[in-house]
Formats: sequence, structure tokens, C-alpha cells
Amino acid sequence: MDKTINQKAWFLVLPVFLVVAFSAVLPLMTVVNYSMQDTFGNNQFFWNGVGWFKELLDPSTDLGGRFLASLGRNLLFSAIILAIEVPLGIVVALSMPRQGWTVAVCLVILALPLLIPWNVVGTIWQIFGRPDIGLLGYTLNSLGIDYNYVSNEFDAWATVIVMDVWHWTSLVALLCYAGLKSIPDAYYQAAQIDGASRWAVFKAIQLPKMNRVLLIAVLLRFMDSFMIYTEPFVVTGGGPGNSTTFVSIELVKIALGQFDLGKAAALSLVYNLIILIVCWIFYTVMTNAGAERPEKKGAA
Amino acid sequence: MARIDLVDLAHSYGGNDAPADSFALKPVTMTWRQGGAYALLGPSGCGKTTLLNLISGIVTPSRGKILFDGADITPLSTQKRNIAQVFQFPVIYDTMTVGQNLAFPLKNRGVPKVEVDARVKQIADLLDLTPWLGRKATRLTADAKQKISLGRGLVRSDVAAVLFDEPLTVIDPELKWQLRSKLKALHRELDLTMIYVTHDQTEALTFADTVVVMHDGRVVQSGTPAELFDKPAHTFVGYFIGSPGMNIVPAAVSGHEARVDGHIIGLHRNYGVLPAGAKIEIGVRPEFLHVAAPASGLLSATIERIDDLGRVRFARVRVGDAKFSARVPPGFSVPDNMVGLVFDPAHVHVYADSRLVEGVA
Repeated sequence: MDKTINQKAWFLVLPVFLVVAFSAVLPLMTVVNYSMQDTFGNNQFFWNGVGWFKELLDPSTDLGGRFLASLGRNLLFSAIILAIEVPLGIVVALSMPRQGWTVAVCLVILALPLLIPWNVVGTIWQIFGRPDIGLLGYTLNSLGIDYNYVSNEFDAWATVIVMDVWHWTSLVALLCYAGLKSIPDAYYQAAQIDGASRWAVFKAIQLPKMNRVLLIAVLLRFMDSFMIYTEPFVVTGGGPGNSTTFVSIELVKIALGQFDLGKAAALSLVYNLIILIVCWIFYTVMTNAGAERPEKKGAA
Repeated sequence: MARIDLVDLAHSYGGNDAPADSFALKPVTMTWRQGGAYALLGPSGCGKTTLLNLISGIVTPSRGKILFDGADITPLSTQKRNIAQVFQFPVIYDTMTVGQNLAFPLKNRGVPKVEVDARVKQIADLLDLTPWLGRKATRLTADAKQKISLGRGLVRSDVAAVLFDEPLTVIDPELKWQLRSKLKALHRELDLTMIYVTHDQTEALTFADTVVVMHDGRVVQSGTPAELFDKPAHTFVGYFIGSPGMNIVPAAVSGHEARVDGHIIGLHRNYGVLPAGAKIEIGVRPEFLHVAAPASGLLSATIERIDDLGRVRFARVRVGDAKFSARVPPGFSVPDNMVGLVFDPAHVHVYADSRLVEGVA
């Protein structure tokens, strides 16, 4: 069959091409451009090559030190919230009712925190935790616990973590609940007949069947917590000192606070790259997990 | 190993106070002997799975009792009943190997490892699963998975009965035969009571020595395949079993005669007093009714079509409003429109309100 050559078809692609160019490619290239330059007032630019990137990865410089420290804090934060939210989400999903009107009530209650805008969540906890007027802060202090997230590093971390758990455990729970709902009754009946204990049912049936949704939950929660900005910024502003300054907060400080566009651009690119790599790892793991199919005719 | 008695057993998903008509299983009393192969046969929604789940303990009956060897086990949980059940879709524990799957019920009951290993090996041999023991069970085909489900039941030495809930639904047709003969062989070898739920009459008739036909929550007949074929106790059994099903047509019956469309059909037995006001029908299997050239003395019928099943041909004919399927004798060339119908009097049954009426010889 002869191919019809019709160059006019390019016009059909043009709108998409333009949209992508203006929304993604050009801004990204601008960032790449900035990351190679040093900026001064009056829009003066000086070529700096890969200088910023070298500094970024060198802990002895100011930029590198700040970046690596905030990266470390960010990874610690992600690890802690995953370690809390995933098991907690599973427990919540397991204890939810399977049928009846209570299902709807539970779902709505679970969905509520997810619907609240980020900076509102931050504001809620900022006020909630205040030792003078906040319910939580005041109560804790009246109980004799010296709690102040503005001055105490540990309290600040605790507040930010509890806030994230409050905000996002629902997501893990809902995903797990969906996974649990998709298990046919026959599995539970078979387990009953096989005399399996509650724990054995969880280990042999529920956990393996939730495998996929848990991977998705971990991916989403990791990404989100790795990019977290608004809530800690509203609550602690990155403090006390730099103790809750995560990468995104550091980035905004450099870009908008100091107006070091070159450094900020370099940091953005590295930040972006880390997220892309993690995404890719998760994607590969997930597609491989899904590729399990019967490979051979079974015993007959 | 157990004899199973059902005593006035009934179940409603709407609770005990639900109207009698809405019961998924209407009161049934019957005995299943130790070592028998039983099939529960009926269309979807006839209550056969409910009955099975009552026996396994997944569902607790609204009324009645279940006895295993005379002991009332109605209040016992599924775990304590020593029942094995194979479900419609294979149930496999994904993370485990075939061997671990088979060992699972024993491990849960705290059986010593040495004993578990020996038992698993024995059952795997029996089911031809030995080469796959170390492999992940998720990667096997549906029929192998069903065998693992079955094996998990058989691995327990104290199992009282094995229940099958349409276990061949997801199996490829060519493997169905193999798996079914495997089940038969196991039944002979292990002397276990097996109860097999299906809506497929071929499966039921080839598997079981006693077939229990259910319809609308009731057991309408329980008997050997031959009994069900020769002497259906209910018109439902007549047309549900057999392909094509039994011809059931309204008739006026008195003494040794049935009258259909003004024509008299001779009966083998004498039907003296029939219940007054009942709907009287006669039933005859297509195998015992054949077409012939129209002649006086034969019920004449209009041909609608001929179904050629390869080995046999069946004519679909009409007499007035009544429709019949009738065998076409080999070599008989079917005329264009009218044929005569020849009945085998020994196999014409009389039904009053759908139930078989026993005549007097």
C-alpha cells in the first residue's frame, strides 16, 4: 500500500505542539538557561557553566550545605510519615464496615481531610497547636507537657508529622479499602474452612491482595511528602532555625528571598530529577509486579 | 468420614420471619450416606449453593438441623466442621508456593511439621501436583489451581465431606473431562462423601451416583441418573434433565387412556382417581416418541422443524397448541407437513399439578 504523503497533517499537530511548548518546554528551558548563569540587578547575566551544580553537591559550600541538609530532612520526613501512614491506613481500612449505611458515613469522614486546601490545613494546625489559644497546645501545656512548636525543634517536627498523618492517612486508608473490597468472599470462606486465624487471613489474603494499591499509596505519599511546602511553611515557616526547612522551602527562600535565580534553577533541576528517578523506579516495580501471568500449562 | 442428615433444614436470607415463599431453601429432610457422590443440580437461584453453604457452615440456617454421623453440628463454625470446599473460582494464597498452599490448613491447626510434609507429599502425589510443589501457585493455570483448592481440603485426614460449588466453571472444556474423571477416581480411592453443586446436567449425571434436583428452593427429586431419566418425579425434572427435555402437554386422563387434542393415547398403567381440580399433564421423553407416516390411529402433528444432532434427529412438531419433540427413526424420510406420532406407552407418565402420579399396573 502506498502511503499518502500529506504535509498538511502537521497543522493538526500544531496546536498541541504550541501548548506543550509554551506550558512545558519553554519554561523548563528557561530554568535550564538560568541554572547556567549568575544574575545581577538590571537583568545582567554572567555565564557560570556547571558551577551551581558543583556547588549544590558540595556540602562545604553554603548552597550545597543547605541543599543537602534540607534533602536529608525531607527524606527523614517522608520515611517517618510513610512508616506511620501506611500501617495506620491499613488498620483503618481493615476496621471499616463492609456493608450497610455506616460505610457511607465512614467514607465521608475519611474523605473530609483530603478535601481541605493545604494552607487551610496548615492554618488549622498552626492555631490548634498554639500554647496560648490552641486547643492542642493549651491542653498539652496544662497537662504539664512543655509543648511549643515555635521554639522547640522536636515539637515542630511532631506537629508537622501529626498534621501530615491527619491530612493524608485517609488516602492510604481509602486505597486499601478499595483493595480489600475487591477480594471475593470465597477467599474468606476458604480461609475459614482452612482454619486460618485472623492474622493468617491478613498475611495470606488481605496483604497480598492489597499489594498493588499499597504500592500506589506509597508512591503518592512519597511524592507528595517529598514535595511538601505549604503546610510546614504555614505552621513553622521552616523553623525553629532551619529544623523544618524542607527542600521546597529552601528553594523558595533562594529563588524569592535572595533572588538567586541561578542557584534556585540548578536546585529545581536536581530536585526534579530526584522525583523523576523515584517515579521511574516505582513505575518499573509496579509494571513488573503486574506482569505475573501463568507462563506454562499447569498440572493436568 | 460422615453420614450427613438434614433435618427440616430451611434458610431465608431475610430472616426466619420472612414469608415461607421467599425462603431461599424451603424445608428439606434427607440423608446422605457416608462415601456417596451426590450432585445438587438446578438452575441459578434454585437454592443449591445455599444448601451447600449451610452444610459447610458459611451460612447459618434459619431453621432445622444438620447432623454429621448423628451429632448436631448446626451451631458449629466452619473451622470445626471438618468440611472441605472447592469454590467456583480457584482460591489460591498468592504469596505461597503450591506446597505451602497445601500445608496451610494443617499449619493453622498446629500439626507437627514432619506430619505436614508427609501429608502434603501424599496429597500432591494423588493430585499429580508433585512437580509444582515448589512453585508459586499464582503462576499456574485454572485447573491446577482448582486442584490445589481441592488438595487443601483433602490434606486434612479428618475431613468429613468435600463440597464442590460449580468447580469447573473456569476450566477449559478439554480439561473439564480430565478433572472430572480425576474427581471420580479420587472418590473411589478415598471413600469420601462428595457433594457437587452444578447447573450442568452432564456434569451432575456423570459425577454423581445420586442426583438431587432442586427447583425454586425445593428438592424436587433425588435419585440415580437412570431414575431421573426414566421416571421424573416432577415435570421440572422432566424438562431440565435430558436434551431435548421431556414433552409435557395438558391431557385428560382416565383409566388406561389419555386424551390429547381429541386423540386417545394408550397408557401402560391404570389411573383411576386423579386429584380433583388439579392440572393434569402427560409427559413423555422425546426418546420414547417417534414420528411415522401419517396413519389412522396415530396422533397427527404438523412439522415445524427438524433438529439434526448428528447421531440422532429430533422433529419439533405441533398438535393444536401443544408442542412435541419426537425422535426421527433412522432412514425415515420426513414428509413435508404432517406426520403421525407413535408413543411408547410404558414411558408415558401422568402428572397432576406437576407431580408424578403413580398408576396401578
